[in-house]
Amino acid sequence: MSVTQAEVLAGVKDIVVEVAGIDPTTIEMEKRFNEDLEVDSLSMVEVIVAAEEKFGVKIPDEEVTKMTTVADAVNFIVSAAK
Amino acid sequence: MTLINNQITQNSRILSVGAYRPKTVVPNSEIVGLIDSTDEWIQQRTGIQTRHRALADESLVDMSVEAATIAIKRAGITADQIDSIIFATISYPFQAPSAATELAARLGINKAAAFDISAACAGFSYAVGMASDAVRNRTAKYVLVVGGEKLSDFTDPTDRATAFIFADGVGAVIVGPSDSVGIGPTIWGSDVQNRDAITLEPSFLEYKNGKSIADVGWPNIAQEGQRVFRWAVYEMAPVGRQAIEAAGITANDLAAFIPHQANERIIDSLVKSMGLPDTVEVARDIRTTGNTSSASIPLAMDRLLTEHPELHGKNALLIGFGAGLVFAAQVVELPPQP
Repeated sequence: MSVTQAEVLAGVKDIVVEVAGIDPTTIEMEKRFNEDLEVDSLSMVEVIVAAEEKFGVKIPDEEVTKMTTVADAVNFIVSAAK
Repeated sequence: MTLINNQITQNSRILSVGAYRPKTVVPNSEIVGLIDSTDEWIQQRTGIQTRHRALADESLVDMSVEAATIAIKRAGITADQIDSIIFATISYPFQAPSAATELAARLGINKAAAFDISAACAGFSYAVGMASDAVRNRTAKYVLVVGGEKLSDFTDPTDRATAFIFADGVGAVIVGPSDSVGIGPTIWGSDVQNRDAITLEPSFLEYKNGKSIADVGWPNIAQEGQRVFRWAVYEMAPVGRQAIEAAGITANDLAAFIPHQANERIIDSLVKSMGLPDTVEVARDIRTTGNTSSASIPLAMDRLLTEHPELHGKNALLIGFGAGLVFAAQVVELPPQP
């Protein structure tokens, strides 16, 4: 399944809104999950689990620890979904 | 000769529940000093505010006698009517004889089948399934099921990943005969690929082989928290849904959800992903009890029935999951008002 960056960003936004209950307009590519969006490590796990299901990809734990910004997550999912 | 085993199946249910929480209440403020953490951080990550700890000279079986005595009384039976005892624990400090036989002796129960099971935080749900099967097949009439832990003996107060999580307590239920089905099918299993996610190491043999605690440590619980969290939120929702379906009901027919009290964030996530309606009362005993492994479900059940007496006799989904990794879930009719 091939998806565009815009599609993945929209999907990740939906998930972060659902998990962290924050305003969707504040979620942008350069935002950091922990510092800017109040997505702590456990919420990040929930985001990843939901993203794996939504996009049909596997996101290993070692990749999750490298994902600081929304862009890190979106770009990984886009390349993993190819 | 052909063997015979043709007794007619008997329905089973949970007849009563009893709980024992040790007297000492330990707030987060008494734990954070050794792990460079804060009350706020612990509450945000786990929901835990306080937990109970047993005294140094208060044993697992001392606590179990209290919980079991309450359960027996509430079931309206006497101890000598119990013909089987299943004790789920990972913190009884003897390999043999079992905690179940020590408890039997203390309660004056003689000749009952008695044994321990090691299924960690899934132990209570494993044991309820086994007890129900025993009653259904008439190999037992009244089964005393105990989930009990003194995890303070196996928790490192300086471990930043576990010191604030694990606690002490015992819950007990009596499973016995019923006119109608009171315990749905148990959905149980394991995921042994994740066997190293929660451990109590080293082996006692290290000490026999000449090593000391100073060399190899004491078998305290170690847990990869995020890995377990991920497994629980992803894998346990389908198990819960299977248990609901196997019992022939839908989530709308549930009155309560009593999951293992591992972490309030896992509980929240499971409620969401299983799509449980707002009408389902969710047990959140973890806030003031911590994670008591095999004891957490019966302790949470007792609390829920005390705070919401209208739930007596209503349907509840139980789900336990933990070290192994192992899991078990079933829908039960909560015990009637004693």
